[in-house]
Amino acid sequence: MNVTKTVDAKGLACPMPVVKAKKAMDELQAGDVLEIISTDKGAKADLPAWTKSSGHELVEQTEAGNEYTFWIKKG
Amino acid sequence: MSMKAMTAAELAEIVINQKDLFILDVRNEDAFKDWQIEGKNVEILNIPYFDLLEGVESVLPRIPADKPVIVVCAKEGSSKFVAEQLVEAANRDVYYLEGGMKTWSEHVEPVKIGDLYDGGELYQFVRIGKGCLSYMVVSGGEAIVIDPMRLTNVYTDFLKQKNAVLKYAVDTHLHADHISGGRILAEKTGAAYYIPEDDAAEVTFSYKPLNNNDVLQAGKTEVAVQALYSPGHTIGSTSLIVDNRYLLTGDILFIDSIGRPDLAGKAEDWVGDLRESLYVTYQALNDDLLVLPAHFSKKEEMDDRGRVMEKLRVLYKENAGLQVEDEEIFRKMVTENLPLQPNAYEEIRQTNMGRVQPEPEEQTEMEIGPNRCAVS
Repeated sequence: MNVTKTVDAKGLACPMPVVKAKKAMDELQAGDVLEIISTDKGAKADLPAWTKSSGHELVEQTEAGNEYTFWIKKG
Repeated sequence: MSMKAMTAAELAEIVINQKDLFILDVRNEDAFKDWQIEGKNVEILNIPYFDLLEGVESVLPRIPADKPVIVVCAKEGSSKFVAEQLVEAANRDVYYLEGGMKTWSEHVEPVKIGDLYDGGELYQFVRIGKGCLSYMVVSGGEAIVIDPMRLTNVYTDFLKQKNAVLKYAVDTHLHADHISGGRILAEKTGAAYYIPEDDAAEVTFSYKPLNNNDVLQAGKTEVAVQALYSPGHTIGSTSLIVDNRYLLTGDILFIDSIGRPDLAGKAEDWVGDLRESLYVTYQALNDDLLVLPAHFSKKEEMDDRGRVMEKLRVLYKENAGLQVEDEEIFRKMVTENLPLQPNAYEEIRQTNMGRVQPEPEEQTEMEIGPNRCAVS
């Protein structure tokens, strides 16, 4: 997977992971992939829900320890 | 105009006294559907915070002008983020829920049920966010607590206030939806911890068995708590009759529903017990008894003073779970199409047996969401 941009949101609490993801996504082109890493448990459900409601596509989501990584393709 | 914090206690006061409130719940849709704040005069709207990142203007027309407004989320952060913008955009005071749904889930409010003979009192401790109910009998400087929750300070503070010593901490059954505070309270106060023997087979700590017809007494008065074996939700489930006036049903009988027999994975085995308890054992009791369950699930079950209680006679007329003549239909009702199980119910059972010791933070997470101990 070609990651266009990575956002490190580790240590940030809700709503910041989604706020950061949105800001980064606004600067990308359709089809670009954003990688975002979060340690906030809330992000696990909220990032996919935001992805859906904003018309992007969640390509993959992984969980290792308390780190959650998401790859989101801009729609 | 400013953003203000509202504590879970302040919110509970509004809900219990049925005051007007408008809630903007900014959690994601699934979390909202799963579990939300309810109140008779509470109006609630769910718009996830991530749909409001561009601004809150779209919400303004949906906010009533004449009710206080509070924004809630899972922990607090997103509700402040949205509330701050609402203050600006609507030019009005906006509250956020301090600690979010996490704190709401843990808030417990004592409500007086009534007086007992010889000056004793019975209190219901309402864990309003999760729908858990526990009880305290206070009489002559002594107390008995029944089905206490993990957050034991509310009971120890109350004991201090009432100048009473805890004599017994009792669990009516091995709980699967919340972590019991019974053992901790017993350790803290020197009280004896009772649990039905049949539910304690795998318990790793010492306890006193709660047997059928046991009588626990508080104070020097006639206030007696009598045990009544009534299995079905668990194999050991035992009800308590307080002062010959109140029937504490645990998770066997609720106001609006009945207990589910499946949380220990033995639905088929326990259906018959559940039916026997509801249709034979309880039927034989004085129907003037006031039923006090260990849970409620709908705001309608709460009266105008925040109490959850009803006469046994009324339940035999109105509770759908007590109207099923046919055993086969009953069996289907309590074993098929059940709601989702409570969050982390197996881990919670293990914790209540003392087999695992999760950290406090983990315990909070395990208990998130509604209790789901009823069949509907």
